[in-house]
Amino acid sequence: MSENNWNEIIGGFIAIGGSLFLLLGSIGLVRMPDAYNRIQAGTKASTLGTILSLTGIIFIFPDWFGKLLLLILFVLITNPVSSHVLARAAYYTKVPLTGITKVDKLKETLEVEESRKAHLKKVRIQKEEE
Amino acid sequence: MANTLIFIAISITLLSLLISLYRFIAGPEKANRIIAFDVMSVSTIALIAFISVLNKRIIYLDVALIYGILGFIGVLIIARYIEKGL
Repeated sequence: MSENNWNEIIGGFIAIGGSLFLLLGSIGLVRMPDAYNRIQAGTKASTLGTILSLTGIIFIFPDWFGKLLLLILFVLITNPVSSHVLARAAYYTKVPLTGITKVDKLKETLEVEESRKAHLKKVRIQKEEE
Repeated sequence: MANTLIFIAISITLLSLLISLYRFIAGPEKANRIIAFDVMSVSTIALIAFISVLNKRIIYLDVALIYGILGFIGVLIIARYIEKGL
């Protein structure tokens, strides 16, 4: 076998590994109990799966390195951004957490900020009355 | 040989797209549907790249890039819409 052929086989197996990660991500999307857990499972696994698939294609066609690198960087930058925006929208529209969630740091932070704002408002009203 | 391996990868990716389509249809809230749409649009980038390997045409990678940009902007806009309204 020539060297080129071995490259193609290695690239094909890496691409199959990436598509298996995509499959695992979608299975997590179905099985997880909560919107936030689904964001975790789906986004992380699909990022790794897409990057592995494109890396496998680099092994098959080394001439396509530039455009595939551009695609990899694009996925690597935009996927965390979209998952963050999704989690933020889900939290502020009060999508319910699962019953087994124990720690909710954002709720505590928001409560502290609310009480501080209420306190400042009260102080300002008192000053205006004086 | 490489074509066979890429064909297997394409079928596994299509299976994952079908499984996440279930969450897209049956998701209890709007948020779950958009999560499924995000995962599907990222998986479709890999699918279009596989198809470009099967046809040996580099121009399909540009299609994948534009598809990714449009999916990203769509997810951002719909998430903002759910959060604050248009």
